[in-house]
Amino acid sequence: MNNRGWFRNGMLGLGLAFLYIPILSMMVFSFNNSRLVTVWDAENSPTLRWYVRLLENDQLLGAAWISVQIAAMTATGAVILGTIAGLVLARFGPFRGRAFLSAMTTAPLVMPEVITGIAMLLLFVSLEQLIGWPEGRGMLTITIAHITFAMAYVTVVVQSRLAGFDDALEEAALDLGAKPATVFFRITLPLIVPALVSGWLLAFTLSWDDVVISQFVSGPGSSTLPMEIFSRVRRGVSPDINALATILVLIVATGVVLSTLYMKHEEKRRLREEQMARSGN
Amino acid sequence: MDKVLATLHSLAGKRLVIGVPYVWLLLFFVVPFLIVFKISFSWMQPIQPGYAPLFAWVEETQRFVATLNLSNYQVLLQDSLYLSTFLYSVKVAAISTVLCLLVGYPMAYAIARCGPSTRNLFLMLIILPFWTSFLLRVYAWVGLLKTNGVINNTLLALGIIDQPLTLLYTDFAVYIGIVYSYLPFMILPLFSNLEKHDLTLLEAASDLGASPMKAFFKVTLPLSMPGIVAGCLLVFIPAVGEFVIPSLLGRTDQLMIGTVLSAQFFSARNWPVASAVAIVLLLLLLLPILLFQRYQRRELEAAKR
Amino acid sequence: MSQKTIDRSHEYVRIEGVTKRFGDFVAVDNVSLSIFKGEIFCLLGGSGCGKTTLLRMLAGFESPTSGRLLIDGQDMAGIPPYDRPVNMMFQSYALFPHMTVEKNVAFGLEQEGLSKAEIAKRVGEMLDIVRLGDFARRKPHQLSGGQRQRVALARALVKRPKLLLLDEPLGALDKKLREHTQFELINLQEQLGVTFVVVTHDQEEAMTLATRIGVMNKGQIVQVGTPTDIYEFPNSRFVADFIGSVNMFDGQLVEDEPGHVRIRCNELEATVFVSHGISAPPEAKVSVAIRPEKIEMSRSAPVGTENCAKGVVKEIAYMGDLSVYLVRLESGRMVRVTIPNVERHADERIVWEETVHLSWRPSSPVVLTI
Ligand SMILES: Nc1ncnc2c1ncn2[C@@H]1O[C@H](COP(=O)(O)OP(=O)(O)OP(=O)(O)O)[C@@H](O)[C@H]1O
Ligand SMILES: [Mg+2]
Repeated sequence: MNNRGWFRNGMLGLGLAFLYIPILSMMVFSFNNSRLVTVWDAENSPTLRWYVRLLENDQLLGAAWISVQIAAMTATGAVILGTIAGLVLARFGPFRGRAFLSAMTTAPLVMPEVITGIAMLLLFVSLEQLIGWPEGRGMLTITIAHITFAMAYVTVVVQSRLAGFDDALEEAALDLGAKPATVFFRITLPLIVPALVSGWLLAFTLSWDDVVISQFVSGPGSSTLPMEIFSRVRRGVSPDINALATILVLIVATGVVLSTLYMKHEEKRRLREEQMARSGN
Repeated sequence: MDKVLATLHSLAGKRLVIGVPYVWLLLFFVVPFLIVFKISFSWMQPIQPGYAPLFAWVEETQRFVATLNLSNYQVLLQDSLYLSTFLYSVKVAAISTVLCLLVGYPMAYAIARCGPSTRNLFLMLIILPFWTSFLLRVYAWVGLLKTNGVINNTLLALGIIDQPLTLLYTDFAVYIGIVYSYLPFMILPLFSNLEKHDLTLLEAASDLGASPMKAFFKVTLPLSMPGIVAGCLLVFIPAVGEFVIPSLLGRTDQLMIGTVLSAQFFSARNWPVASAVAIVLLLLLLLPILLFQRYQRRELEAAKR
Repeated sequence: MSQKTIDRSHEYVRIEGVTKRFGDFVAVDNVSLSIFKGEIFCLLGGSGCGKTTLLRMLAGFESPTSGRLLIDGQDMAGIPPYDRPVNMMFQSYALFPHMTVEKNVAFGLEQEGLSKAEIAKRVGEMLDIVRLGDFARRKPHQLSGGQRQRVALARALVKRPKLLLLDEPLGALDKKLREHTQFELINLQEQLGVTFVVVTHDQEEAMTLATRIGVMNKGQIVQVGTPTDIYEFPNSRFVADFIGSVNMFDGQLVEDEPGHVRIRCNELEATVFVSHGISAPPEAKVSVAIRPEKIEMSRSAPVGTENCAKGVVKEIAYMGDLSVYLVRLESGRMVRVTIPNVERHADERIVWEETVHLSWRPSSPVVLTI
């Protein structure tokens, strides 16, 4: 038993090292003075020169701003559509076409991006030919494409959150005299707020991170940050990308640490309340 | 009268709610595939939109003429490039999936057997990289695997090798890239399966005289099959069509199908052939995708108790 | 057992030939039923017999495939749950997890658009009635099972419904608490004058609570009556078997007079004389049902050759207040007999493998034809 525990934890340690060493190495070399990314220039390092260069790079900053806008719109749209789809699948009981809706919401989870990309582009091209909309391709088409695959993730998150709650909750509210809209806003929505928050963040990340689909459906002047990065790293490594990665990792890590602390705090509060309830009996 | 209105109202309301995601997905997910399917039968056209219409009004004969064209699929069959690319993509995806399982299973197992608070910490550590840029994480491996990269430099400095190894632009690099990027997708379904196991089953097995090793292979492993299947599908299906990882880390003499598709589309601008490639790829992945959907449905039903 | 008189002058709920199908499956099969104002009506039946479905149709969550439901004379077809003068207490309680006890109870009143002060007053009163005044600020997960049950009850009752539907209200409670709560429910019902329809699969619970019981089987109501009616005069083998335990013997009618019948039972190797008439064709195959507590057991043979049997004691189960004996007759048939443990000492009691004589009064057996 002991032996296996040692093996298990060893594997876990190695796995985590595998996950983090590349990221750490990028972060370390972002402070390297040398242009030869991987050779440590001990004399002049650490240096912030690549960070400075990054902040002077209007092209990358502009692409980042486009990406942020697209990701925010995607996340919002995906949460709205995904919540409705999740609600319909989890709570509306059987209806005609339910199986098809369920299939349409899970397929994008695994669909290779090149296929989705080409399909989306051909749709936009055909639509433009047919009805003149959307005019050319750009942020709008990228956002629509991103919403479509990101909403699948939100649907799953919302659906499984709802599955954890008794169906009778909504019925009880109806029974107590609440109209369907009231039931949604006072019972269902508050219950799924955590799923909406994580769904929004997930959709934001998926959009922020996507390069393949964006490449297909973007137009001139709508290069997203991943597209910019991709075209740079294809040409060869450049140290300012290391700096960019470091900044992104730090932002994410800060967010995660803060939210974990918040959750810990909430958990403690809940435990305290439960303790109180038990001793109050 | 009021009653009739109320029923109509709620029924119509329900329809409307169902209709919103339905219409969206039909328009932006299903119709696009039909269009791809249609264009895969069209002739290439050098001008925009890059393909000729399937149905055309012919003035002389005063009727619609359908020009169904199978040549795009014939190209796929005749040009051995496509066949070898498909096979290579499936091979790379399969090997990477197995590697991913070998790395991911022990990790998921270890996490599932941890105490609740350490468990959450580890889970977060697994998911955290996923929130940072996928592209940058793949790119990090370029720096590690290069001829004068970190790994070679370290091994040289330690005197383990005296010639730098060729690591980058190999199959090996692609395997690493895929395993690295898709590891969370393997670990999470495995974990959620392993976490549910009843540990008394193992105790019962050892009580009946099974060694821990045997108990693992006879009890834990078969019980975790649904998690294994789900994790493998979540890695395998997207990996077959992977585009970014092979273009950054992979060989230049043997392309993967995602790369070929993009090249046909963007460089050769041959949209009909690219569409045909997409359709064949989709057909190839249809069975795994259906399998995955079945798993997903079961998971959600189980969550409902 | 509460033996209240039923005021049959005011029919409150009327169910007319209601059928509910789910696809091909008939969950509720042509049920007709009247429930009177102020009664506690129990729907009793095994798992899956359609009790919940019938209740959900009354609440408005399902609509009947055919038939009519009237509440206080008004046809309920097409009226959504939120417009019905009915409230339901759910089997799972369905307390809103994100609201405090107070908010849960206030929810229904808020929907009626009452003033804040009025709501607070009525919530306060209701919480006092169910003795949860001190728990108003708790969330449901901070309550015990019994407290949750009382919140669910308070939430439904605070709306002052004319009709309260309770789906296995005490299912999640342990035995002691359940018995205690049964009497509380009866008190509350008397105090507030609400009509209760209670679903249960626990026959003791139905006996304790109900003014009348409707026994359901496979979607149909097989018998409606007071607890005494149902227990003493079951109308079918199913009801006799379902309520309490019973010894059932197959027999043949040999004498059929308006005042009495004689039935030949081969398993008993005796004729059964029953002191009331029945309506059945001559020579019909019938069943004779005798409750275990209505059988006397002694070491000496009774006089006469009817209504008696002889056998050997094979099993004895001591239950505290009474003992259950399993006696094997010469035909091989086992008979169940219960004897109250009046004596404290066991000296006089009949023991294993003793030969005993069983007998019963002519008024005890029930003759069943279906
Ligand atoms: N929405 C539904 N779709 C299909 N079948 C259903 C549905 N609801 C109930 N049924 C079926 O109808 C039958 C009656 O169900 P119901 O819930 O009324 O039983 P019940 O008497 O309340 O049982 P229990 O004591 O177990 O709660 C069951 O066989 C059930 O499977
Ligand atoms: Mg039920």
